[in-house]
Amino acid sequence: MVSASGKRILQITPAVAIIGFFMVAPLGLMAYVSLLEKGLNGGVKWDQHTVEAYVNFIFERDFDDNLILNTDYLQIFARSFGLSLLTAVLALAIGFPTALYMAMQPEGRRNLLIFLVTIPFWTNLLVRNYAWILLLRNGGLVENLLHWLGLSDQPLGLLYTPVAVSIGLTYSYLPFMVLPIYASLEKMDSRLIEAAFDLGADRKRALTRIILPLATPGIAAGCILVFVPALGAYVTPELLGGGKSMMIGNLIQGQFGAARNWPFGAALAFALLAIVLLAMTIYLMRFRRPPEGH
Amino acid sequence: MRVDVTNPLWRFRGLRGITWLFFAYLYLPIIVLIVLSFNENRLATIWSGFSTQWYGIVLGNDDIIRAATNSLIVATVATLAATLAATLAALGMAKGRFRGTDGISGLIALPLMVPEIVTAVASLLFFIMIGLRLGLTTVIIAHTVFCIPFAYLPIRARLEGMDKALGEAAADLYASDWQAFRRITLPLLWPGILSGGMLAFIISLDDFVITYFVGGAGSTTLPVYIFGMIRIGITPEVNAISSMMLIVSILFVTLSFLVGRLRR
Repeated sequence: MVSASGKRILQITPAVAIIGFFMVAPLGLMAYVSLLEKGLNGGVKWDQHTVEAYVNFIFERDFDDNLILNTDYLQIFARSFGLSLLTAVLALAIGFPTALYMAMQPEGRRNLLIFLVTIPFWTNLLVRNYAWILLLRNGGLVENLLHWLGLSDQPLGLLYTPVAVSIGLTYSYLPFMVLPIYASLEKMDSRLIEAAFDLGADRKRALTRIILPLATPGIAAGCILVFVPALGAYVTPELLGGGKSMMIGNLIQGQFGAARNWPFGAALAFALLAIVLLAMTIYLMRFRRPPEGH
Repeated sequence: MRVDVTNPLWRFRGLRGITWLFFAYLYLPIIVLIVLSFNENRLATIWSGFSTQWYGIVLGNDDIIRAATNSLIVATVATLAATLAATLAALGMAKGRFRGTDGISGLIALPLMVPEIVTAVASLLFFIMIGLRLGLTTVIIAHTVFCIPFAYLPIRARLEGMDKALGEAAADLYASDWQAFRRITLPLLWPGILSGGMLAFIISLDDFVITYFVGGAGSTTLPVYIFGMIRIGITPEVNAISSMMLIVSILFVTLSFLVGRLRR
């Protein structure tokens, strides 16, 4: 007969063992590989340790082995940050009004709207980004629409630009912005808003004094949920961006493909992981602190 | 016009328009893709007439069928393994808190937090180091890992909402642990297990980045194959296979939504 606590441990073990062995251990190994010397044709030298991969990030070596400042990789990191921030801002700009509208709908229609917001999330990311190639390419629907509206009369060359990447990223992660904001507004008492108007508040005051404070936790969660996957995006910049809109994900992939520099790839992935965990820690400390007595 | 005074929506008239724009943005690309997949023209974006020929060509392509078969094998095995592990873990975690509860919850949610590309790199290095040949096995292992949290969360939520008194009543009536589980817990938990399993299945079917890294010769899944096709160029075949994937996912999600509604 197994004791009750023994049984619980047995139940929890498989999941913990699978994630521990095939996720935590690999992440540890990745950190270790980032400190190894790279092999000549890919791979690593398991017995030679070096911080070369981290030095590589900012410097490159010339023929005389001198270190020269190289900002190529920093630029890719900066671009990834910029595009991910832009993505979060765009998603917030469209997502917040939508979430507010949804929260003010009758019960039955709310569920349908939530369902409609979530459907694209369950469809293939690759396919959704491919659809944007069809829309953005020269002669595609977006260009024809702008010509028809008389806003432009030349080929736009939208595809393979940072603009295309930010459109695609916003599209990919938009539901992650709407759902948490909706969740924070869902239980809003609409009489509160009416009361504010009765007491002479205008729309701006009702928004900043009542709705925004309620929505803040949702907005924060939404920004994190959009920013984090956008920062690590690979598919969108690969399909919609050209060489000049490369992001961290593409740089990492390149180290395991053509560049054959595993330690550098591991170091980049480790840096990305550190940034993401830092962003989430800041979020958790700021917004998930248990209520304390004042 | 009748105004509902308890609903302040009429004060914010602009919201409706933005919401329409939002849904147009969300669905237009999907609709355009599906419409173009029925285009007879070889040039994938110029409409010249209705045709289902590209679907026929796609379904007659042995490589695509093989890739789809791989996707189904991977998703089925990974879903079964992940759902089983997740169900057990949820049952173990449900019986009150103990030291380490937070740590274990965090560990189970870890695959959701780590960026896919990082997981992909780490898994690739790990499989190479332990000497596992890249192929279906490595893909299935990697999928099982990231499917666990997707299966776990709905099951855990279902357990949370369950009445603990039922289990205690069963024990009072001399049901053994196993009887109580089989007759009480499992039937009540079943919807949670089903929706957790469905989520895991879709997530596995759709995965590209991790599969792309840890796959090898002979383990090409449908998304990896489609990526290769897109790289070569935009063709009506890509439109057709992409639309099929979209339609299957949407049907699947709608079905699970309706199942969830019926069970309430």
